[in-house]
Amino acid sequence: MISSNLPALQVVIPLLGAVLAALVRRGRLAWLIALAVSWTMPVIAFALLRQVEAQGVVSYALGGWAPPLGIEYRVDLVSAYILILVSLMGALVMSYAPRSVASEIAPERQAWFYTMYLLCLTGLLGITITGDAFNAFVFLEVSSLSTYVLIALGRDRRALLSAYQYLIVGTIGATFYVIGVGLLYVMTGTLNLADIAARIGDVENIRPLLAALAFITVGISLKIALFPVHLWLPNAYAFAPSVVTIFLASTATKVAIYLLLRYLFSVFGVAFVFDDLPVTEILIALSVAAMLVASIVAVFQANVKRMLAYSSVAQIGYITLGIALATQTGLTGGIVHIFNHALMKAALFMAIGGIVFQTGIVRIEDMAGIGRRMPLTMGAFVIAGLALVGVPGTVGFVSKYYLVTAAVEQGFWWLAAIIVLSSLIALVYIGRVIEVAWFREPAAGIEAAREPPLEMLALTWIVTAAIVVLGFNTDLTAGIAGRAAEVLLAGMK
Amino acid sequence: MNADSLVVLALAVPLAGAGLIALTGRNPNLRETVTIVTSLALFATVIGVAVAVFSGANPRTASLELFTGVELGFSVEPLGMIFALVASGLWIANSIYSIGYMRGNNEPRQTSFYVCFAIAIAGAIGVAFAGNLFTLFLFYEILTLSTYPLVVHKANAEAVSAGRIYLLMLLGTSMGLLLPAIVWTGVVAGTLDFMPGGILQGKLGGTALGLLLALFVFGIGKAALMPMHFWLPAAMVAPTPVSALLHAVAVVKAGVFVVLKVIIYIFGIEFLATTGAGDWLLYVAGFTVITASLIALRQDNLKRRLAYSTVSQLAYVVLGAAILTPISVMGAALHILAHAVSKITLFFAAGSIATAANLTQVSQLNGIGRRMPWTMSAFAIGALSMIGVPPTVGFVGKWFILSGAMTSQNWIAVAIIVISTMLNAAYFLPIVFNAFFRAPDNPGGKDHEHGEAPWPMVLALTATAIGTLALFFFPDVPFTLAAMLVAR
Repeated sequence: MISSNLPALQVVIPLLGAVLAALVRRGRLAWLIALAVSWTMPVIAFALLRQVEAQGVVSYALGGWAPPLGIEYRVDLVSAYILILVSLMGALVMSYAPRSVASEIAPERQAWFYTMYLLCLTGLLGITITGDAFNAFVFLEVSSLSTYVLIALGRDRRALLSAYQYLIVGTIGATFYVIGVGLLYVMTGTLNLADIAARIGDVENIRPLLAALAFITVGISLKIALFPVHLWLPNAYAFAPSVVTIFLASTATKVAIYLLLRYLFSVFGVAFVFDDLPVTEILIALSVAAMLVASIVAVFQANVKRMLAYSSVAQIGYITLGIALATQTGLTGGIVHIFNHALMKAALFMAIGGIVFQTGIVRIEDMAGIGRRMPLTMGAFVIAGLALVGVPGTVGFVSKYYLVTAAVEQGFWWLAAIIVLSSLIALVYIGRVIEVAWFREPAAGIEAAREPPLEMLALTWIVTAAIVVLGFNTDLTAGIAGRAAEVLLAGMK
Repeated sequence: MNADSLVVLALAVPLAGAGLIALTGRNPNLRETVTIVTSLALFATVIGVAVAVFSGANPRTASLELFTGVELGFSVEPLGMIFALVASGLWIANSIYSIGYMRGNNEPRQTSFYVCFAIAIAGAIGVAFAGNLFTLFLFYEILTLSTYPLVVHKANAEAVSAGRIYLLMLLGTSMGLLLPAIVWTGVVAGTLDFMPGGILQGKLGGTALGLLLALFVFGIGKAALMPMHFWLPAAMVAPTPVSALLHAVAVVKAGVFVVLKVIIYIFGIEFLATTGAGDWLLYVAGFTVITASLIALRQDNLKRRLAYSTVSQLAYVVLGAAILTPISVMGAALHILAHAVSKITLFFAAGSIATAANLTQVSQLNGIGRRMPWTMSAFAIGALSMIGVPPTVGFVGKWFILSGAMTSQNWIAVAIIVISTMLNAAYFLPIVFNAFFRAPDNPGGKDHEHGEAPWPMVLALTATAIGTLALFFFPDVPFTLAAMLVAR
């Protein structure tokens, strides 16, 4: 009974959790609810993965209404992989959260914070699990609206402005997306993604399809923060509460990338998108621009959270680059980097969250000597930073090896050169923090700084350990990513 | 315990040592004991592996596949054995020396110093025993990253900027050139394993082959082949034991070792010789040999002079490989050893002078031999070895490289070796002469009111000086290994 309803439970449980958290009104209790829900999610996600591995695609008719008329929840390897990522990150972040949230958010707002977090989780999981174009839009809005609130809860007054900025951009993105879905509906008469994929080949007039593809791609790109429509992201990451930054950096943009993968490969199809249209060229150009420009901008940031945010924009470029190559190796590299980058950024922002908790410092210049006062926290930062550079023995190397191999296989030498160049720029901005934190005398303000509370430190190091362990054992990451790439390249049949 | 598990143990010992050093950091005497015991245990383990290699075995571990085509695995062959013996043997001397130096100069943060040192040694052992290019790359980077804090140890502005150059040049070359070279090799050859005779035969040819070789040779920044050598003189700001580690024990040795390993086990000597794709390497190496010697001639700072001497001597090793005859490759392998023991002696002497007399410039050393006879005698032996004068080990390596050049009638290589020998003599002999036969500049001044350096330092430099001589008379072990290397 339960096992056959898992797809619905994946979304319903956090939704009910959100309602419950709003009703209890007390921060501590709301956190416990959020924690319990968050840890249930990866259990369900892994169970779904096992079902997918056993029987192929899991299709679930919501409310008993059979697809394509009813809403279908559809789990294949690609969505199972993203479900695991999002749910696992949610669970880790919630375990990390309580004291950081208590120190950054006013007591009367904490229950609302957890409510919004659970709504956001609902939306992200929903986008990933649904097989329905319009239902995906609904979940997109659920996650976006709750994200605006979460960002606005930041202590800094600029958080409000950042949330507003994101709201404008996010709304434009969602509107574009829904226009695209509307066009698809007009041309195919269905909203079920698999059904659209089946009928799209019969459409004779492809101009509306091109328009739909353009609207959907641009709309989702805004949510991905694909260069050059990334400008909302640095402010949002910089001024949101620490916990929100960790959560968003490791999940939100990743889910948007999943949606893009879904449309490009499963709905429109490889032949239509990559063979007939110059999507490869455009996406490679944008990815390369992201990898270089955003990396260079990151070097010149004074605020460490903004620096990491620009780094995220650059790293998203790696992912979209893998997608753009649309080969088995390239796509595997892109998909595996979704997971790997989530781990790295989670560890980095968790370490920074610990520093903010203890000292309130976010400016790199103020971090002088902090490595000697908080060696464990900064140690995790160093390892995760090296993963960003792509040092072997970390997850970053796995992604980079795939991407460079994909470039070399295609004979794109210049592209291989740009990938390694971009990772060297990462060395510069990470090295800058390391120099200040370890090789300067501790500043007066941080003489008394100590390591953050146990659970924050422990979670930081669990993710950091995963960065190293999954750099050697890649069954979960590259293994599934490789098979997911096969699924995507085969199309939704 | 069989040799296969000794290979794993050789990696585990220095890492475990690093952990123990960190734990015993509050008690310096205990901490130093751990360092010494670890270095002895590592040397014993490496000798255990060497015994197996001598009996013709090829100790190896099972490969752990990370993902398609990329495996972690170890396999010990003669060249790696030489490097592992050098690194682990000299670590003992270096540890003894470090204790004297670090305490004598009241250096801060000694615990993290010894921890990073032990990790660096683990990195070197991993490089030596690596069974494929990925494993080698992994430990090569561990070596870079663990030595970076050592270079920046003094944490002043000069050290930090030197560290910046160090990290950017070494990671820049390895990430920017070596990694693409490895990926390219994997795509073309379908494997990353080291094989006798190489893995590229019939897979790649013409310009592409030469380009791949260039990616490797310049990507291995630790080999300091010009123009990738700038990091080495810059890193001279580090404490002297670190310079010894960089120049003799691990870092640059790992560089030339990897160059040799790639030429022998990825390209194959015969394959390179028949295609002619590596001919240019001879000129690059020769240029580096001569140019670095000329620069060394003009350096007044003793450590900088030694640093440029290293750049030149490393290019010798590459030259030996580039001549592409079995006998010159033997010479290259032996020269790794020869340069290691000689250069560590020279650096130990330089650090000893700096600690006891607080002198750093060549021009200040007149008459110092009378005050510090042990130190300067050791320095003289090291210098003679670098010039290649018998009865020092430096003669052995040079002899083989020269023989290889002559048998293949490579007169350019012969000329390079002859000219550079004269240059070596020109920048080393005056130091020795002035130290012993010139009167001190200001006999009445306070500068020379000192004796020898602390005893652990003198002990260490005497031991390596004796080693420099002993390896000339008893070269059996390295010689046998080098012969096994080219016999395969």
